[in-house]
Amino acid sequence: MKREDIEALAELARIKLTPAETERFQGEFDAILEYVSAIKDVAKEDTSAPKVGTIHNIFREDTDPTPADAYTEDLLALAPKRQGRYLEVKKVLPTDHG
Amino acid sequence: MADSILDIRAKVLRGDATFKEVMQEHITALEAREPDVHAYVDTFKDEALAAAEAADQEIAKGDALPPLWGIPIALKGNILMRGKRATASSKILENYVAPYDATVTKRLRDAGAIVLGITNMDEFAMGSSNENSAFYPTKNPLDLSRVPGGSSGGSAAAVAMGSVPVALGTDTGGSIRLPASFCGLVGLKPTYGGVSRFGLIAMGSSLDQAGPLTHTVKDAALVHRIIAGKDPFDSTTYDEGTYLEVPKKEVYRIGVPYHLLEGIEADVREVFDKSVEKLKAQGHTIVDISVPLMKAGLAAYYIVMPAEVSSNMARYDGVRFGLHVDGKDLLDDYKSTRAEGFGMEVKRRILLGTYVLSAGYYDAYYGTAERVRDLMRAEFAETFTKVDVIMTPTAPMPAFKLGEKGDPLSMYLADVFTVSANLTGVPALSIPAGSVERDGVHLPVGIQCMAPHNGEERLFDLGIGYQGE
Repeated sequence: MKREDIEALAELARIKLTPAETERFQGEFDAILEYVSAIKDVAKEDTSAPKVGTIHNIFREDTDPTPADAYTEDLLALAPKRQGRYLEVKKVLPTDHG
Repeated sequence: MADSILDIRAKVLRGDATFKEVMQEHITALEAREPDVHAYVDTFKDEALAAAEAADQEIAKGDALPPLWGIPIALKGNILMRGKRATASSKILENYVAPYDATVTKRLRDAGAIVLGITNMDEFAMGSSNENSAFYPTKNPLDLSRVPGGSSGGSAAAVAMGSVPVALGTDTGGSIRLPASFCGLVGLKPTYGGVSRFGLIAMGSSLDQAGPLTHTVKDAALVHRIIAGKDPFDSTTYDEGTYLEVPKKEVYRIGVPYHLLEGIEADVREVFDKSVEKLKAQGHTIVDISVPLMKAGLAAYYIVMPAEVSSNMARYDGVRFGLHVDGKDLLDDYKSTRAEGFGMEVKRRILLGTYVLSAGYYDAYYGTAERVRDLMRAEFAETFTKVDVIMTPTAPMPAFKLGEKGDPLSMYLADVFTVSANLTGVPALSIPAGSVERDGVHLPVGIQCMAPHNGEERLFDLGIGYQGE
């Protein structure tokens, strides 16, 4: 795996890496990927569509909501930045005015 | 050995102690060992003592008291308890206060248990030694130069040092069973869907389960029965009737995949062989079985798990909760927050997961691993038509030294026997089986028994018989 590959993964994963971290992962990932590639010998052909197990996620009926405001303040209190009942984030779409 | 839950209850109901005295004994043990062991992230000694005093007011009710009445317990740091920090031993959640109780927390407290503390762990449960905690490593109470195992190492150490008779852990690839083996305890990874994951900080959502670490199999059974069962807040919890009943028997056919035991340390193998002899002497039949796919399990696990990790960790963005590091724009906020908030192993797994899920590699890695998982489920189902239980050592080695496993791959190999149960969803119980000597210290090693889905009662039955409880 090349240095640029690690950097591309970090970009996709929204993590800023230091040069030392990038270098270290570059060294480790080839060994880990080689190890896990052993599965290819076990399931060589795609003979069946991947199945989920007996237990899988099923959405429940959208009923019995939590009473309004029961947890609102507790949850908002955890936000690093807020304005009243809103979470505060930086502007998503840049404009010419900055 | 410290008192079990059942010992404590009997002692108090006999009038030989009060719950407050019991709690004080456990706090004394905690204070004596914690400065060396570092099992906990937070403790609530005064609160627990007051709760124990209140519990004493009800002693007259005797056997009518709920099953965990007045019992000190500890929760792993990724299990939510309203009003307390749930850090998952990560800097990104260092100041996160749980806004609600996990279902397991609620059920334990409804049964009368008193939470004495929240335990240390590998960050977000990613690790096999507890060295990946962002705060400090937990030491093995039996030998402070060694790890307690991970990722529920704080929970195991808390029980092993006598500060609580039971602690809850979570197990994604062996994180309850490995610490149980390293600390001489009983540890249960329940059937997937057996115990609610509501209020657990997710790591690998198709693999995670919460379960008890205890001194005895009877205690593990008691606690498991309290936390298990359908929960409307976790749609993967199953109903009675989802799985066939897994009956208890007088004697069991126990399958041992001897072909997988080649690489384990020689004296660990001796302990295992002695356990086999003991089970034979108890009337059980041992059968040499072949489960070739179990060997591929570890490789499949280290694809499926990071894939799920990369997805679950996406929620930590510095916007809604947790650490926030300011950058030059919103994207830079995310990147800077995650750079500072996550430790190396978490970053490693997020990146590996991103890789195995990326276009062009998805089918070669993730798709293939999921197919291996299907094949493993089929192999286990077939094996369980021939044997009642599959038995292996819990780990190929006893507790290793802090710093001994420097490269990630050698650490991952500690999970070789445990991941199959998570990949296939079957329950697995680790039981203390004996000890091996390292540098003049006797270190415990465990055996692991796996049963068909929903087969916990069979594992308890076998384990209680094995231990002579």
